[in-house]
Amino acid sequence: MKIHEFQAKELLRGYGIPVPCGKAASTPDEAREAAEELRGKTVVKAQIHAGGRGKGGGVKPAASPEEAFHAARAILGMQLVTHQTGPEGKQVRKVLVEEASVVRKELYLSLVVDRSRGKECVVFMASAAGGMDIEQVASTAPEKIVRCTIHPVVGMSPFQARKLSAALGLDSEQRKVFAEIVRNLYRLFLEKDCSLVEINPLAITEDGRLLALDTKINFDDDGLYRHPEVKALRDPDEEDPLEVAAKNASVNYIKLDGNVGCMVNGAGLAMTTMDLIQMAGGEPANFLDVGGGASAEQIEKAFRILTSDPNVKCILVNIFGGILRCDRVSAGLIQAAKNIDLKLPMVVRLQGTNVEEGRQMLQESGLRFTVADGLYEAAEKAVSLVA
Amino acid sequence: MAILLDEKSRVLIQGITGSEGSFHTRESVKLGTRVVAGVTPGKGGTELDGIPVYDRIGEAVEREQANVSGIYTPAAFTPDAIFEAIEAGIGLIVCMTEGIPVAEMIRVKQALKGSGTRMIGPNCPGITTPGVGKVGFMPNFIHKKGNVGVISRSGTLTYEMIWQLTSLGIGQSTSIGIGGDPIVGSGFIDVLALYENDPQTEAIVMIGEIGGTAEEEAAEFIRGSVTKPVVSFIAGRTAPPGRRMGHAGAIISGGRGTAGEKFLALERAGVLVEKNPAEIGRRVQEILQAK
Repeated sequence: MKIHEFQAKELLRGYGIPVPCGKAASTPDEAREAAEELRGKTVVKAQIHAGGRGKGGGVKPAASPEEAFHAARAILGMQLVTHQTGPEGKQVRKVLVEEASVVRKELYLSLVVDRSRGKECVVFMASAAGGMDIEQVASTAPEKIVRCTIHPVVGMSPFQARKLSAALGLDSEQRKVFAEIVRNLYRLFLEKDCSLVEINPLAITEDGRLLALDTKINFDDDGLYRHPEVKALRDPDEEDPLEVAAKNASVNYIKLDGNVGCMVNGAGLAMTTMDLIQMAGGEPANFLDVGGGASAEQIEKAFRILTSDPNVKCILVNIFGGILRCDRVSAGLIQAAKNIDLKLPMVVRLQGTNVEEGRQMLQESGLRFTVADGLYEAAEKAVSLVA
Repeated sequence: MAILLDEKSRVLIQGITGSEGSFHTRESVKLGTRVVAGVTPGKGGTELDGIPVYDRIGEAVEREQANVSGIYTPAAFTPDAIFEAIEAGIGLIVCMTEGIPVAEMIRVKQALKGSGTRMIGPNCPGITTPGVGKVGFMPNFIHKKGNVGVISRSGTLTYEMIWQLTSLGIGQSTSIGIGGDPIVGSGFIDVLALYENDPQTEAIVMIGEIGGTAEEEAAEFIRGSVTKPVVSFIAGRTAPPGRRMGHAGAIISGGRGTAGEKFLALERAGVLVEKNPAEIGRRVQEILQAK
């Protein structure tokens, strides 16, 4: 799960990590009020779940509350396009108004889980080359990024903070503050079940202070059940409405750009079905895992979600019946197709338990199903229907 | 011989009285699995179809000599269930539970180190040795006893692959789903090493997917330590970056973990990479016929 910058900064503040004073605003008037409270120069920053906002025109300096008002008016409501939003961009509904800082140097600091074999621990990454181009640094000069793994049982040790601060070239006063920052970040990461905590830039200001100027925090979805306070930070406006509907129906759905809609049981088989559609010369419209024990109701919900995407021109159903019997799936398909008055052509590929009964039910239903046997054959048939 | 689950296995089921646990216990008994006990705290003294239920694993080990544990407990209680199994000296844990936080799996990995317990999963379909039985969800009808070892990160896709083999008359020594989470008890390498040393296994089918570097690490291992032929497929070539594709571990992040990278690494290691998953069975058939 992702959260906004202003929410992430609140969390950091709660863990004693220095962040600029600031306030979120939903209207230009609120932005002006926030700037008045802060006094002096401010920065108005678009709040969307994507990086690269500065380059996309979503961050503006403001010398006065009046300028903050105008900056917010320009940013709020815009479709902000960055390298992470896709070409359609994301609508800005909130801005963060915060005190402007004069930056002497931009550092990078992050925490992630190293899932590779034999490691399985949390790892710090730090670089003196922080700022907007850290992704480029990672690919062209990876030696400029220092890693520091934290043993899960031993925990964070002071020498590790010293190692990181040496790599960052900090002075003695900054080192003390930095040691506290990394200790608290590690605590935050564990206590809140984070999957990523990134401070970029971790600024050294003109007067030599360390300050988290921008931050990104992601959470492990599987840990959310024990953090209602984190769950409450979720912003459904940032998610695709179809994906929200799917989540509520316990269906795993991700919208893609193609026109062959697919409904599959199991995540691995769902990805494979997408791959097969592309191999057959088409493009998948979505990833959809209807779940292992899908009922007729579940299948109907899944159908409603995937046919709500106007790009979908044909549906490919690919089910491997195990515990979930094919005749049950067929009954669900027939019921769903009738209930939602399905007009789109559909290819159904069933395999597994009670497959013969399932196929027969489809053929006798009077509905327009194209039945396929093989995995690849099913994809080819579906693609030929949209060609 | 087969691997991990064999004639000596005496299975206990943690969470046997739950709806999932009881259903899959009965299915596995139908396949011939020797289920000797169940454990559900607070339900000790009851039974399921004549299988005695205990409060603690220690009792089940002492009275029934259980040495394999299948876990179906809810995610919030599962780390504790795993720690209890490790402490009781269970040799093999097979954990089907989905939704365990990564932070908990980091602790589990520490507990497993040096313990003598091996773990498959979590978030996995389990393990089946045709002729012996199964622990987990895999449908009973797909299997056939034979010489191909199957290992995979997914569920239904694994059934699909096993069924392809069986439909061509090709049997399996053992089939294992290692699970779709970012951190799992046993990875490809652990299981590949077992297949390599198993006299019954003549060829290996390895099914990977996007996310992490387990397939790349496996490729390195295969190059140096696996002499048996390996046929492989990676799911998720069309998956967009930054999105979790159903499985918690199936995510391309920071440009790493793509299917392309994995295919390439495996190809370089001499693995027979098949990009059309409908052809996996036939590739295996060709290999076995050429032997």
